[in-house]
Amino acid sequence: MTTATPAPTQTDNHHRPARTARLRTPPARPRRAHSVDRPRRSATLTVLSSLVVLYTLVPLAWLVVSSTKTQADLLGSPGLWFSGHFALWDNISQTLSYDHHVFLRWLLNTLLYVVLGAGGATLLSVLAGYGLAKFDFRGKKAVFAVVIGAVAVPTTALAVPTFLMFSTMGLTNTPWAVIIPSLVSPFGLYLMWVFASEAVPTELLEAARVDGSGEVRTFFRIALPLLAPGIVTVLLFTVVATWNNYFLPLIMIKDPNWYPLTLGLNAWNDQAATAGGQPVFNLVITGSLLTIVPLVAAFLLLQRYWQSGLAAGSVKE
Amino acid sequence: MTVAVPPARSRTTRRSGRGWIGLGFTAPFLAVFGLVFLAPIGYSVYLSLFQDRLIGGTTFVGIDNYRQAVDDPQFWEGLGRVGLFLLVQVPVMLGIALLVALALDSGRLYGRDFFRITVFLPYAVPAVVATLMWGFMYGTRFGLVADLDHTFGITLPDPLSPHLILASIGNIVTWEFIGYNMLIFYSALRVIPHSLYEAASIDGAGQWRIVAAIKLPAIRGALMIATIFSIIGSFQLFNEPSILRPLVPDSVSTSYTPNLYTYSLAFNGQQEDYAATVAIIMGLVTMIVAYAFQLRGMRKEA
Repeated sequence: MTTATPAPTQTDNHHRPARTARLRTPPARPRRAHSVDRPRRSATLTVLSSLVVLYTLVPLAWLVVSSTKTQADLLGSPGLWFSGHFALWDNISQTLSYDHHVFLRWLLNTLLYVVLGAGGATLLSVLAGYGLAKFDFRGKKAVFAVVIGAVAVPTTALAVPTFLMFSTMGLTNTPWAVIIPSLVSPFGLYLMWVFASEAVPTELLEAARVDGSGEVRTFFRIALPLLAPGIVTVLLFTVVATWNNYFLPLIMIKDPNWYPLTLGLNAWNDQAATAGGQPVFNLVITGSLLTIVPLVAAFLLLQRYWQSGLAAGSVKE
Repeated sequence: MTVAVPPARSRTTRRSGRGWIGLGFTAPFLAVFGLVFLAPIGYSVYLSLFQDRLIGGTTFVGIDNYRQAVDDPQFWEGLGRVGLFLLVQVPVMLGIALLVALALDSGRLYGRDFFRITVFLPYAVPAVVATLMWGFMYGTRFGLVADLDHTFGITLPDPLSPHLILASIGNIVTWEFIGYNMLIFYSALRVIPHSLYEAASIDGAGQWRIVAAIKLPAIRGALMIATIFSIIGSFQLFNEPSILRPLVPDSVSTSYTPNLYTYSLAFNGQQEDYAATVAIIMGLVTMIVAYAFQLRGMRKEA
């Protein structure tokens, strides 16, 4: 992990130190104690926004509360409050061990898809974004038009023919069928492109060249460190996309041994609807909680990186 | 590998001298892009021109598949449904996201950072988990709707019934993406030079006037991008109805949305050719609507 490198282009020009504003009002402008930069806090606005936060948190709270209940208590106790019996640890160990530890297998599959898929997608986006931002070559505009146009193509329009193609190549039902299509992230490319043109000064590259540094060396020694916040941003978003991917594996993978977590959870949920199937809603709920915890943690811990990356990415929309 | 490059100052030298290097950096992306985007699209178009017949096997049929789609009530019904979804859900979602972004940017909230990160959290929740969660909560036997019924002794309408399911799906999608769109708007708002607000406020402009005259025009690009992504997302609606389907097969048919229809045709009905046709038509519709929106947005700007 690199140490904190603030985005060079980050225009963080309006910190609002509200507390100091209250303590020492600028004497030059006594009438405007609460200026544009230091507005008065509004209770009304805070309450209104809290409604949106409440809407956001209720389902998550429900999930956390429900994961502490047994299958029987799920049906017999109010959704947003704990039942007498706290079964979270029991649920977690059941989730992990149910059906010969298949949940762990799904977790490892997901990690495999994320490391190779999102890692590869980020690598390709960084290289291509840098190439497009810092070099002139024929067909550059066409690349932009085609990649942005590709975002509009429905996933199914791609999925059906990709499935047939992969099927003739013998790739379906293997991890490659999920990993290869994950390698392309048009959004990642766009973000790296914008980010690279802002964050890497062309003069710096020219200077390195004058000093006799080769292009590859220049990229690794000079450009890459400057691109770090953008890279973290793209990595986080591609990780979310592959970790949460449902449609692609749904089509490509029939063998439950290669399921990612999303497909596995859905299969457990469907189990209740099939004839003779045993409902395992407590496992679906606890499994769901275990599935989202790593991503939520990643977003919280890496806040400063991805937020500066996004801020710079929005400069040139 | 190092390439010795003479110091070049003019643009023309750079273009001829380093063009290949730029292309070299871009090539790996383009190669995979060709394999997983361009080739399947081409193959799709090819498939859409054929039909698998009982007698004669695979036959070239020209635009017959497209004619069939134009006369297919199931396709139109699905398209109408996602169109309605687009007209109602997208403005609601983007409106709330914009209001929250403006509230955060105004600096008038207590605990701004808490708000920002909390509202964004659902983005990290997979559609599968979000749908399963809401699906449980919608339940009238157990779940939150049942709790409300019990507590207040009332009978709320069933959110999973056929005439409410679209709104219920809209709620799930809204929940998932308010935070994401809020963040796009908020990031764009943050880079507006603050001197503009100072100037406006000296001229006596109030908060709402600053929003209307400075902030909204300044983030036009972000608004456009978010809207276009939402248009695309609406037309591609698949995960939420497909995951809810086993729960409520009566409310969600196999052709509930065009994407679900394509999926059913290809993987349950073995009609790959017709599935490819429907998918291509949806791709064209999406592009036309997104493009028309973009043109309108640009004209307003001029």
